[in-house]
Amino acid sequence: MVPGEKAGLRPGKPMRDVFGEALLAVCRENPRVVVLDGDLGNSTKAETVRMAFPERFFNLGIAESNLVGVGAGLAACGFIPWITSFSSFLLCNAYDQIRLAVAISNLNAKILGSHGGITLGQDGPTQMGIEDLALMGGLPTMTILVPSDQASMHAAVRAATEHVGPVFLRSSRVAMPHIYPAENTPFEIGKANVIRQGDDLAIVACGLMVGMALDAAATLAEQGIQARVIDLHTLRPLDRETLVAAASQTGAVVTAEEHLLQGGMGSNVARLLGEACPVPMRFVGLADAYAESADPDELLVKYHLTAADIAQAAREAFQAKVAARDNRNQK
Amino acid sequence: MVDTRQTIDIPNLAEKARQLRLDILDMTTQAGSGHPSSSFSAVEILVALFFGGILRHRPGDPWWPGRDRFIMSKGHAAPLLYAVLAAAGYFPRQELWRLRQIDSPVQGHPIQGLLPGVEATTGSLGQGLSVGLGHVLGGRLNKLDYRVYVLIGDGECQAGQVWEAAMAAAHFKADRLTAILDYNKYQETGPISREMGLEPLAEKWRSFGWQVSQADGHDIPALISALRSFPQETGRPSILIAHTVKGKGVSFVEADFTFHGRALKPEQAALAREEILYGTR
Repeated sequence: MVPGEKAGLRPGKPMRDVFGEALLAVCRENPRVVVLDGDLGNSTKAETVRMAFPERFFNLGIAESNLVGVGAGLAACGFIPWITSFSSFLLCNAYDQIRLAVAISNLNAKILGSHGGITLGQDGPTQMGIEDLALMGGLPTMTILVPSDQASMHAAVRAATEHVGPVFLRSSRVAMPHIYPAENTPFEIGKANVIRQGDDLAIVACGLMVGMALDAAATLAEQGIQARVIDLHTLRPLDRETLVAAASQTGAVVTAEEHLLQGGMGSNVARLLGEACPVPMRFVGLADAYAESADPDELLVKYHLTAADIAQAAREAFQAKVAARDNRNQK
Repeated sequence: MVDTRQTIDIPNLAEKARQLRLDILDMTTQAGSGHPSSSFSAVEILVALFFGGILRHRPGDPWWPGRDRFIMSKGHAAPLLYAVLAAAGYFPRQELWRLRQIDSPVQGHPIQGLLPGVEATTGSLGQGLSVGLGHVLGGRLNKLDYRVYVLIGDGECQAGQVWEAAMAAAHFKADRLTAILDYNKYQETGPISREMGLEPLAEKWRSFGWQVSQADGHDIPALISALRSFPQETGRPSILIAHTVKGKGVSFVEADFTFHGRALKPEQAALAREEILYGTR
């Protein structure tokens, strides 16, 4: 099933195309924005800027370490560099440079990691960014954003550009369904969006899994379970208030992400709730394995990243909550 | 070629070099750790840059957009960087004695944003040249004509990123970028030639499209002259390979490369001070 269909969402464009449009828009608005490319501008869609503002676009070639260092120098000159490539290459080749020249220096540089998750599909596991959120999580000064649809991509690129400090933003090859209106899109860094009300359990999702979480919620509603759905578009800083309220008011939490379970969104939410409001939790994400070359839809099924997987996890978390409550009442 | 010997006060610069070595010695010995020998080898290079009329800078207005940039890519020579910045007036000399102390901006390796004059965070080798290139490209966009000087180490030239930056600087015709290579012939664990040889080094840089010049890295007039004589606006970046002696100025440090990452003990420092002030007897 197409993500978002069950919930009645309209299909959207590939997120990388939207990123290209959003990047061009901030370049039009702000002459301090410059774009650095690791020779993948035609894939990340950063090349939209190359055509419109050639003097503000730099292809540094297939040399990610230098790419990040040059971006750091431009940031130190007062420019706002968007440093762009596949997250698999950019973060893994140049982690040292992102850590030292950007994160420790707390520079105003923006890192765009495209082709996040497994839904780039046929190019296979070497190109898939399944560890980007964990890697960026290891940098204490890095703000981490994962937009979930077209409108939130536009809003995230604008918010990242306006934010002073290092930001990582995940982009994807896959299309995501429309969640938000194009005008007055709710997007504030560090403020999660509650996009469906419900008090039986909470589903916390990011990126592609947000639309699927709404699908799962529609299925659960048919079974008499009302799920609250939270779009956790910012992984750092975590929205403690919204997450703790969700856990305390619903009593069960499911997380869903197109990322390794280890070190991703779910681990961060669990760490926060484990301390602030422990409740039964279930986690939808990638287990400790690399995916493979295949059609994205087939991959999502095989690696358990579907609305059905979220609904199943939700029923388990809900039942664990009920069982624990019954247990308490018997004592 | 400009004869700087007539315009620069050489005895004064030699005295500056002596004072910097004493400061490096005192800072690292007091801290009980640090990289004195890697700092000693580049003292004259920084004296030439900061006090020999090469850098256009305003210590009282450290972030003046039109300033020439100096980036210490071999970040372990932080004591030298701090000593020269304090001597130039970027911050009070008392800060030097807080090297590696708690709650101090004078970190073991330079951290951008903590002290005026520290242009880049360094300490993972190989990164400074890329940052310098970013400053050159930024200057071009900002229509400013400053130059960017980056001090790199010889062992550092083993890092791939240095050559990524070298290739890119030539590609972008970054003729406002000048690297200075502190070629002291030693890396952490031994002689460069034994551990991971770099030669033919000048030819490598030339083949990457750089203008290459060489000088005795402890001859201040020769360094000033070499830095002034690079042809400008050639479309090519430039590198000065400065042949230096690791631990220069203290005989028993020169003779023992293991001083790379180790401070002198107080009794050794007393001997070193004598040598720096009066030479070997």
